[in-house]
Amino acid sequence: MIFLEHYLFLGAIIFTLGVLGIFLNKKNLIIILMSIELILLSVNINFIAFSSFINDISGQIFAMLTLTVAAAEAAIGLAILVVFFRNLGSIEVNKINKLKG
Amino acid sequence: MILYSLTFYLFSSVAVLSALMVISAKNPVHSVLFLILSFVNASGLFVLLGAEFLAMILVVVYVGAVAVLFLFVVMMLDINYIKLREGFLQYLPFGALLGIVLVIELGILFLTDISSNINSTKMPLEPRIYDIENTKMIGEILYTKYFYLFQICGIILLVAMIGSITLTLRDKGGVKRQNIDNQNSVDALNAIDKKKVKLGEGIQ
Repeated sequence: MIFLEHYLFLGAIIFTLGVLGIFLNKKNLIIILMSIELILLSVNINFIAFSSFINDISGQIFAMLTLTVAAAEAAIGLAILVVFFRNLGSIEVNKINKLKG
Repeated sequence: MILYSLTFYLFSSVAVLSALMVISAKNPVHSVLFLILSFVNASGLFVLLGAEFLAMILVVVYVGAVAVLFLFVVMMLDINYIKLREGFLQYLPFGALLGIVLVIELGILFLTDISSNINSTKMPLEPRIYDIENTKMIGEILYTKYFYLFQICGIILLVAMIGSITLTLRDKGGVKRQNIDNQNSVDALNAIDKKKVKLGEGIQ
């Protein structure tokens, strides 16, 4: 039997992996962006699990909004990454203060 | 019901393992491919939960657009990834400790009585058959009750589009372009410069 807790636990594991990814790959900006995507995916899993178990469709609408924000964030983040690489020739996060506006 | 459980465990374990590979793969291209695998499995879970529209949106938007955008950027930039992995093992014990603590805390939170307030939680899930399909339900509520949120979503996407274009657009020097304004504003007096050339000397 699969209950709501199973889905919430799955969301928790994926969220933790996302946070862990930010910790472990402190230098690689691309992996950090992917970790953020994982975190948002776990948020979506929680939204949809609650929406399905409470039998309310609003959760799915909010999951869609999360998806929109995630897509926008990925686009902007990758654009900044490209500009950053163009200026410095590297994507190390600890050099990012050299951008200065 | 057994089949449902098996499918859930299959999808969720593959999703978790590929999420683990996303953060630990040596090559970022492999990372992106595992991210795609994770998204596909999550969309399978969404189908299990009865959210077919979101599942398809996840495949189309995430796998089709966002992950491919990541792949594009990873392959376009010529980055020394080995240098970037320095410090991975250094942070591993601390990060693993932090992750285990976080998972245990969240697990305790979820596995205790938080959900006893929700009546329908203990009901086993079955693929419900609604009178109207999932997409129609979303459409009926999205364009009425949540119409303003929908519009704001559009504005967010527009801002993201304009932002990423202005960030990455650059004027390359040395490119000769036709400037129609300059061409039209040429008049005969300024276009020709008369000079008197002395014998035996050139024009400086």
